[in-house]
Amino acid sequence: MLSLPTIHCQACIAKVEAALDAHPGIKSARVNLTLKRALIDAEPEVKAAELVTVLETEGFEAHELDPGALNDTATRNASKDLLMRLAVAGFASMNVMLLSVAVWSGAADATRDLFHWISAAIALPAISFSAQPFFRNAWSALRAGRLNMDVPISLAIVLALVTSLWETWLSGHHAYFDAALTLTFFLLAGRWLDARARSAARSAAEELTALEVPRALRMATDGPVEVPVADLRIDDHVLIRPGARAPVDGIIIDGRSEIDRAMLTGETLPEVRGVGDPISAGEVNLTGPLTLQATAVGQETSLHRMAALVAVAESGRSRYTSLADRAAKLYAPGVHILSALAFLGWLIWSGDMRVSLNIAAAVLIITCPCALGLAVPAVTTAASGRLFGKGLLIKNATALERLAEADTVVFDKTGTLTTGKPKIMNWGQLTDAQKSVAFALAEGSAHPLSRAISEMARTGNHAPADVTEIVEKPGFGTQALLDKQAVRLGRPDWIGVTPPDDSICAALDMGDGTPVLLTFTDAPRQGAAEAIAGLRAQGVDVILLSGDRAPAVASFAAGLKIEEWHAAMLPDAKAHFVAKLRDEGRHVLMVGDGLNDTAALATAHVSISPAQALDAARAASDMVLLGQNLEPIADAVAVARQATRRIRENFQIATLYNIVAVPLAVAGLATPLIAALAMSTSSITVSLNALRVRGRG
Amino acid sequence: MNVLAYLIPISLILGGLGLAGFLYTLKSRQYDDPEGDSRRILSDKWDDHPKE
Repeated sequence: MLSLPTIHCQACIAKVEAALDAHPGIKSARVNLTLKRALIDAEPEVKAAELVTVLETEGFEAHELDPGALNDTATRNASKDLLMRLAVAGFASMNVMLLSVAVWSGAADATRDLFHWISAAIALPAISFSAQPFFRNAWSALRAGRLNMDVPISLAIVLALVTSLWETWLSGHHAYFDAALTLTFFLLAGRWLDARARSAARSAAEELTALEVPRALRMATDGPVEVPVADLRIDDHVLIRPGARAPVDGIIIDGRSEIDRAMLTGETLPEVRGVGDPISAGEVNLTGPLTLQATAVGQETSLHRMAALVAVAESGRSRYTSLADRAAKLYAPGVHILSALAFLGWLIWSGDMRVSLNIAAAVLIITCPCALGLAVPAVTTAASGRLFGKGLLIKNATALERLAEADTVVFDKTGTLTTGKPKIMNWGQLTDAQKSVAFALAEGSAHPLSRAISEMARTGNHAPADVTEIVEKPGFGTQALLDKQAVRLGRPDWIGVTPPDDSICAALDMGDGTPVLLTFTDAPRQGAAEAIAGLRAQGVDVILLSGDRAPAVASFAAGLKIEEWHAAMLPDAKAHFVAKLRDEGRHVLMVGDGLNDTAALATAHVSISPAQALDAARAASDMVLLGQNLEPIADAVAVARQATRRIRENFQIATLYNIVAVPLAVAGLATPLIAALAMSTSSITVSLNALRVRGRG
Repeated sequence: MNVLAYLIPISLILGGLGLAGFLYTLKSRQYDDPEGDSRRILSDKWDDHPKE
């Protein structure tokens, strides 16, 4: 399975499929344009990497997807199931409604009875099929001794059916078959919208995970062999190429290199490791190839153990009850008591069981959980659609409501507010000769500081100096010959200079005895300042937490005008800090990307992580930010607040309808016609109100 | 009013046909790639056999 993010038209489909079909060993290939994926059925010897290069020569960006991490057939089936029930309910309700219109407009005697019987024959099987999700939920809630929205819904449907059947049996005037079916139809529509919005977000989130196909290079007697990470065993020798992430915990048995631990600790500067030093899974090898002897694999790696800790912290958050559940808690008992009172009152006053039961059913239907059932899904669908367009995925159903409550934002620094890529500061002070030599030397290394130099030199249109015999000394720097003179670029202590402070530095030795220092800073991510300003404008406090050293954090915080910052925070300290804020009664939004943030992400009231974050961090957070720009975070808070306001408004509208209609129902004046009218108008008002969700400004 | 004996079954059967048709399209996975399918008709490559 391949992901093809750039395909967009029929010509792309044809080209991709033709290219793949022409490749030897492929049985069939099908492009899905909606999901931007290609599903390929091929002989086992065809490697995904080959196909990626085949497509790249055709001009399409392609990535391998791990089908094991995608689980969208299950979510797709769930939404298909809902759609099927929705179709049946729609068909049945329309037919029954037609028959009911005839009854309302004056059909009498035998014709009315016939129409009621036909309605019953349609409604009974249709409801027993379509309303199953409600019955099942209501039953499981009742068994657990709770009341949820599905209990009054199921009760209303069942009671409406029973009284209508009874009325039909006695050839009475009023039957509520149409109301029961329309109720089911509207509620299923709400459920389906909800399921669809959530499955879109989930499948995008799963795709991010599936993009990281776990492969490793195992050293065999005749060289490295590519194997799935799951096949690695303890004591296997694993080769890690520069730029690759360590798949297992291990001890270095060959090679020397620099290791980027930013994902685990938030530290920007790489660490040097040599033979005998340990490496944890998740650390990135930067400069030289390393061979590891695995000491822990799979679930035993430190990465997995930390991810498991997160699952424990998460249980705290599930205590949040959504607005809909809170409304249901008030609403469900109220409705039941009201209709029971109406039933008893009429039974005592008139002594007629049939009339009383009819009134009770009318009250249950008129109070119409219909608008309430649509109120939340319609708003969340509109809001999450809007946020998805801005590049924010909402993974959790209640995340929007929790986001709306956020009053404090805690940012992680490295990789979240910053790009995690350093930027050179004093480039302008170098002479042209120094620049070109630095460029030439930097080209010979994959170290992040070297990359920063190359990038800066390339934007300034400098040509690299003509150096020869360029060698990278892993852990130290690069050296080369320029006109038979040795030039070096690397760690200050290797070159022989002492940096004036703790800032990130490299040194350049031109061979003339006076080395120069190059200073770096971690560049803020695009939109960081706007996001912070936008959050402040909405009255949200901004706090910076970092695992990095104090001077780096201080200057960075000053640059973004963040007053409150804390440096050198260990993962536990971050989580404690967030927990302390929570205990002070604040609602914390945590934004972070590294493994060191996962505990804090899970502790916070609501959390966001960028798409580049580690899998564990993404799993721990409620929302995932696609793309590089941070600005959508401020929009997200605005949209979430607005969405919550709309949900409340919807509840108010629904309540208003009830206040008008319930006295009618209790007084016994509600005919099935009034019930149908009240239900449809309230549903439509609620849906229209939901569409008014917009972003800032 | 005897015409109802024909009209009601006819209307139900017609509606039922529509429902059966919709369920068939759902079961045969015709909604898996709406975007792609709407593009595929623009190319004459699949005119003779639809793509598997």
